[in-house]
Amino acid sequence: MKKREAFLLATLVVVACVLPFVVSNYRTFQLTLVLVYAIALLGLNILTGYSGQVSLGHGAFYALGAYCAAILMDKAGLPYWATLPLAGAVCLVAGFLFGLPALRLEGLYLALATFALGAAMPQLLKYHHIEKWTGGVQGIVIQKPEAPAFLTGAGLPLNSDRWLYFFTLGVALLMFALAWNLLRGRVGRALAAIRDQPVAAEAMGIDGALYKSAAFGVSAMYTGVAGALGAIAVQFVAPDSFTVFLSITLLVGIVVGGLASIPGALYGALFIQFVPNVADEISKAAPWAIFGVFMLGFIYLMPTGVAGAIRLLTAKRRSP
Amino acid sequence: MKRSSLVFLAVSLAFALPAAAQKKYDPGASDREIKIGNTNPYSGPASAYGTIGKSIAAYFRMLNDQGGINGRKINFITYDDGYSPPKTVEMARKLVEQDEVLFVFQTLGTPSNTAIHKYMNMKKVPQMHVATGATKWNDPKNFPWTMGWQTSYQAEARIYAQHILKTKPNAKIGVLYQNDDYGKDYLKGLHDGLGDKKGMIVKEVSYEVSDPTVDSQIVQLQASGADVFFNITTPKFAAMAIRKAYDIGWKPVQYLNNVSIGIGSVLTPAGLEKSVGLITLGYLKEPTDKQFENDPAIVKWREFMKKYYPDGSMVDNLNVYGYSVGETIAQVLRQCGDNLTRENVMRQAASMKGYRVDTLLPGVMISTGPDDFAPIESGQLQRFNGKEWVRFGDVMGH
Repeated sequence: MKKREAFLLATLVVVACVLPFVVSNYRTFQLTLVLVYAIALLGLNILTGYSGQVSLGHGAFYALGAYCAAILMDKAGLPYWATLPLAGAVCLVAGFLFGLPALRLEGLYLALATFALGAAMPQLLKYHHIEKWTGGVQGIVIQKPEAPAFLTGAGLPLNSDRWLYFFTLGVALLMFALAWNLLRGRVGRALAAIRDQPVAAEAMGIDGALYKSAAFGVSAMYTGVAGALGAIAVQFVAPDSFTVFLSITLLVGIVVGGLASIPGALYGALFIQFVPNVADEISKAAPWAIFGVFMLGFIYLMPTGVAGAIRLLTAKRRSP
Repeated sequence: MKRSSLVFLAVSLAFALPAAAQKKYDPGASDREIKIGNTNPYSGPASAYGTIGKSIAAYFRMLNDQGGINGRKINFITYDDGYSPPKTVEMARKLVEQDEVLFVFQTLGTPSNTAIHKYMNMKKVPQMHVATGATKWNDPKNFPWTMGWQTSYQAEARIYAQHILKTKPNAKIGVLYQNDDYGKDYLKGLHDGLGDKKGMIVKEVSYEVSDPTVDSQIVQLQASGADVFFNITTPKFAAMAIRKAYDIGWKPVQYLNNVSIGIGSVLTPAGLEKSVGLITLGYLKEPTDKQFENDPAIVKWREFMKKYYPDGSMVDNLNVYGYSVGETIAQVLRQCGDNLTRENVMRQAASMKGYRVDTLLPGVMISTGPDDFAPIESGQLQRFNGKEWVRFGDVMGH
């Protein structure tokens, strides 16, 4: 990492740490959701941006993670933090297993298969034989975690919203660091090679099938962890929370943020969190039409996403 | 600041202070306005309901034009939640923490309201007159800050039970219900209403929303020998059940839940001639009902629609619904007078004795108490004559 990048990152982290103390609890909650979406988008970006497989069903993994967390907290009495690795593991396995057969499908066909998964998920969650765990259509209400006593006892002004924000921030930093390590090395290059030149990649000895399903698994794991965090933040899961629209929103997020870009996940998260609210404030009659205008504007002005546009701008500035 | 405006400020403060001593305000209320929050699905799968939010907003515009309530204007802040519970949580938090509304009103949908149920009660901000028929909103002991409005599913089913006991004491009842909280709510109401005569139910069968048809269930019910059929289904399944029962020659007395009484959406696809004789419960005046053609309340409602909500549908009873809940909350706020605290809003809403909104069917009252957070618990039975619903008998329930 270059000195300049390290400095920028440090500034960003400091700003992120100060923010919850200057904005309201409600804004802190929204920022927590931004971090949650950023993790989910990063997951989807590993799959779609880096290895070139379009998924229209990542909302299903988000739902799976959310339900894992909710069921473990509600039925097994696990503390909220302990549910994250478990939710991640379940989604890793689910994603890997789904990835195996889905691999035979390319491009649009894979998109359709994943779309089917995303569309089916809300109904599967209502299935009555698993109702005693999932709560059926009623869903599960979970308790909001409080800041640990040793921190509040030490005089830190942490309410539950701020605590959850910092907890999510910690998880997000960890997940981003992991992704950064994974993607800039051998694995990242292998995935990019499969995306750009699958035949050449095979010839160079890259096991395409393995890498693709591994990418699917890791991607699902990220999204699952995000789902678990989202459930803890919202304190409620229900099948209607995870319609196929969520999957599409995630896809919108990575395209607007920037494909195959790690910071792009953060920009995309800001977009999908705040732009619908802005659209709703502009027009109650057609909020989605306004959202569509915003989206077209972004895609037209920044065809490589926000991350791409920023890259372009800084490059221009440095070479006058 | 200019000197003259300073003087003005001082003078107005001097006048305001003694008056303020008698007035009590919580966040969202002041001498000039009352802030009310709301979430509605203006987009997404349930956006047909969004017209409720729009007609409520129109109602408040009319109220403000007429001078507001006790001199205060209503500031109605409504957000789109797309019928997605996490979005409802976000928007409810925005309303409470950022916009600082006095209370939220008519948030729509059972899952959406479930998502904010705990939050609103923890924050002690009224979750007033929620737009869902689930019975759980009437639980003042555990959730003293939440209140429903419309006839609950259980109350409706209890009324059918009363009617069956009265008109057909030896009935053999067959029930078809949707296997979720909504269906089970109705079923519980029927059980409670029958009391120790629960043995009259000879068969209960359920279906899943994902089922393609309910044909086999209807055949099972016919085979059980039932001569009364209680149809607890959502519109698509209601149409299938009515048609199938007719086609296999099963002729029981049929009770159809209020959820599926749309003539255009249910009875026409089922076959109007196959729907003759269906019984259901209504509590609102239907804008299409010929009997209310010249009814003063409906005439007034039409004028309101023309002036304040011209884009709205004149045949959609959801717009009558929005108007009616607007009237109800206006009365609650009138009762509050100058004591606009959240506690008092809750207390006044829970002390309405036989209040009448003109757009409710004649005889249907709004009554609440400290232990009764279910405003409407009555309605009038109506029978389908092949063209329209015809009301009969007295108003039932309490």
